[in-house]
Formats: sequence, C-alpha cells, structure tokens
Amino acid sequence: MPKRIITSIQAIGHRVIDGIWRLGCAARFFVLVLLKSMTSFLRFTLVIREIYFVGVLSLIIILVSGLFVGMVLGLQGYETLQKYGSESAVGTLVALSLVRELGPVMSALLFASRAGSAITAEIGLMKATEQLSAMGMMAVDPIARIVAPRFWAGVISMPLLAAMFSVMGVFGGYLVAVVFIGVDEGSFWSSMQNAVDFRYDIVNGVIKSCFFGVAVTAIAVFEGFDAPPTAEGVSGATTRTVVTSALAILGLDFVLTSFMFRGVD
Amino acid sequence: MQRTIMDFWVGLFVMTGMGALLILGLKVGNLTTYNTGESYTLIGNFENIGGLKIRAPVKSAGVVVGRVTDIQFSLETYDAVVTVGINAYYRFPKDTFASILTSGLLGEQYIGLSPGGDEEMLAEGDKIMKTNSAMVLEEMVGRFLFDKAAED
Repeated sequence: MPKRIITSIQAIGHRVIDGIWRLGCAARFFVLVLLKSMTSFLRFTLVIREIYFVGVLSLIIILVSGLFVGMVLGLQGYETLQKYGSESAVGTLVALSLVRELGPVMSALLFASRAGSAITAEIGLMKATEQLSAMGMMAVDPIARIVAPRFWAGVISMPLLAAMFSVMGVFGGYLVAVVFIGVDEGSFWSSMQNAVDFRYDIVNGVIKSCFFGVAVTAIAVFEGFDAPPTAEGVSGATTRTVVTSALAILGLDFVLTSFMFRGVD
Repeated sequence: MQRTIMDFWVGLFVMTGMGALLILGLKVGNLTTYNTGESYTLIGNFENIGGLKIRAPVKSAGVVVGRVTDIQFSLETYDAVVTVGINAYYRFPKDTFASILTSGLLGEQYIGLSPGGDEEMLAEGDKIMKTNSAMVLEEMVGRFLFDKAAED
C-alpha cells in the first residue's frame, strides 16, 4: 500500500517537473526566435508571404464573425435597454464592449483556431518529414528561415484583424439597431462618440491585441517545432495549440484588463 | 501563387487594417473633438464632488469646453481640489461660477461653468472662486424628511 502512494506522488511530481521543463523550453525558444528575427526583417518578402497566409486568408472568418457578434450585441442590448427607455445607449454598449473586449479577444480566439493551428501543423509536418533537419544540413537556420517569419506575420496581422473585427461589429450593431429596429441614427453615433475615448478605449484595445498576437503565434510556432515527428504527434500539437492559446488569451485578457481598466480613475 | 498577386493582397490587407483603425478613431471614438494640445488649467475647490470622475466633461451652456484632468483631496481646507483643462479657444471671466451637475436623472456628472460679468479673464493656473457642490441624493432626502418633521 505505501508503495502505491509513493508511486502516485511520484507521478504528480513527474508531471509538474515536466510542465515546468516545457515552459522553460518555450521561453528559451521564444528568446531564440526574437534573436534570430533579424533575417526576416532583412528579407521581408518571407514575412509578406506569411502575412498572406495567416492574415489575408483569415479575413473572411474574422469579418463575418465580427458582423454577427455586432448584430447580436445590438439586438440583445436593445432588448434590455428599451426597458429603461435608453435605447439610444445601444451604440455605446456595442462600441465599448467590442473595442475593449470582444474585438481583441474574439478575433484572437478565431485567429488561434484558424491560423495558429495551421502554423503548428505546417511546422510539425516539416519536422516530421525531416525538412527542418535538411535545412540544418544546408547551414540554413530553420528558426530564422521558417519560424521567425511566421511569428512576425502573426504579430503584425493580429491588431489589424482585431480592428477590422471591431469595425464590422460596430457596423453590425448599427445595421440591427438603426436600420432594422429604428433607433435614432444621430443619438446612436453621438452617444457612442461621447463614451468611447481614443486613448483609453481604442489604444488599450490595440495594445491588448498586440499581446494576444505575440502569445498565440509564439505558442503555435513552439508547439509545431516541439511536436513529436509522427502523424499522431502533429495532431496532438495542433490540438494543444488551440487549447493553450485559448487559455492564454483569456488569462492574459484578465491580467491586461485589470491593469488598464481599474474601475476607478 | 505569383509574388505580385500576393503582395497586392497583403498590401490591401494592411491598408484595410489601418483604415479600420482610422474609422475606430474618427467615427467610433471622439478623436476629432479630442484636443490634447492647446489648453489651460483652472483649479476649483468643491465641498463635495459626488461621483465626478477624471475625464468628465466641463460644459458651458451645454457645450463641452474642457475636461477634468485631476481630482485631489486637500488636507488644508478638507475639500476636493478639482483641476480642469479648458480648451485655449474658450476664455471665461474671473467671476465664473462652477457647479457640479448631473446629465439626466441617472447620467454622468460634469462641471458646468456659468460665466459672470467680470472684465478680467481667467488665466492658466487660476482658481475658480465661486463653486457649487454636487447634489447628493441622500442629503436631499434627509433634508426633505427633516423639513417635513419640523412642519408637524
């Protein structure tokens, strides 16, 4: 009996040490990517190619989701606000919740599942088919040539995608509240413009999405580079990318929000 | 895919993203009315500021002329010291009256300026001498009940 207890304690310890070891690996990998990203700025065409794959091809899902999120916000906000006779505040509600929270967070979650998983699968498969080792043999650094351009492409694309998501969302809210339901157009825009502050709300939202972009792409490239070189390993790494990114986004969001919006000025 | 086509799409993507940020700034936010540059500060002591917050608007005749930039508690006079930044375009006489008002029944609080008739104008760092505190609902209800009791 004591032996079984000891082995189960050992199993817990093993897992914790394993987790911390992986975290250390990821941190070292991240620093390595930053150190070797000089090449991707000198040969910027590499980054442009990746921006096309992670940014331009994610546009459809980001824009459509943004539109629908905004429309739902407009509808739900109107339902509640009309009880208090302040349905013109629906513009404020839609704009503030999109610019501060939903824009950066939702687009980062979509980005992680659309582009992050693709990055992981691509790099993982390159590793499984020994393309990365072949590069190493030819004295081409795979981190500088493969990983860094993808990382920077994600970091550049994320704030742009988040801004487009917010704009589409505001447009969706406008469509539902003003065009379909018939809230006064002037008070919709003016209440929004009174409540949304450029520095406090919009810039903070952009800063948030920059952090999310770094987190999502760093996780994606690390999981791909770290994936066991088998079919099963690559599929597991892809799943881990989506799950870890989602957790990282939501956790980071809470931390950033508590720094940015303390509730009291 | 051909290089030039990809470049075109990425260029379009980046431009759309920047455009989205611009729309957020101009149409959703209040960047157009947001004036950080030309402004002068005034100070006012208030007995009670109620729920006034930093960045609350300062209005005169309903027009936004500035914003609250700082709120401190004074240990000398034991009241609130409110610093406001007024757009340099707007000048007010020395005997301007500042009061803390509420927009609507449950709306946000702001500072209302009613200009007096003095020839001299308020300048950078000046103190607004005439101030009127925020109306606190509990105090008003209390006073009302007290008056009612006194009548009987």
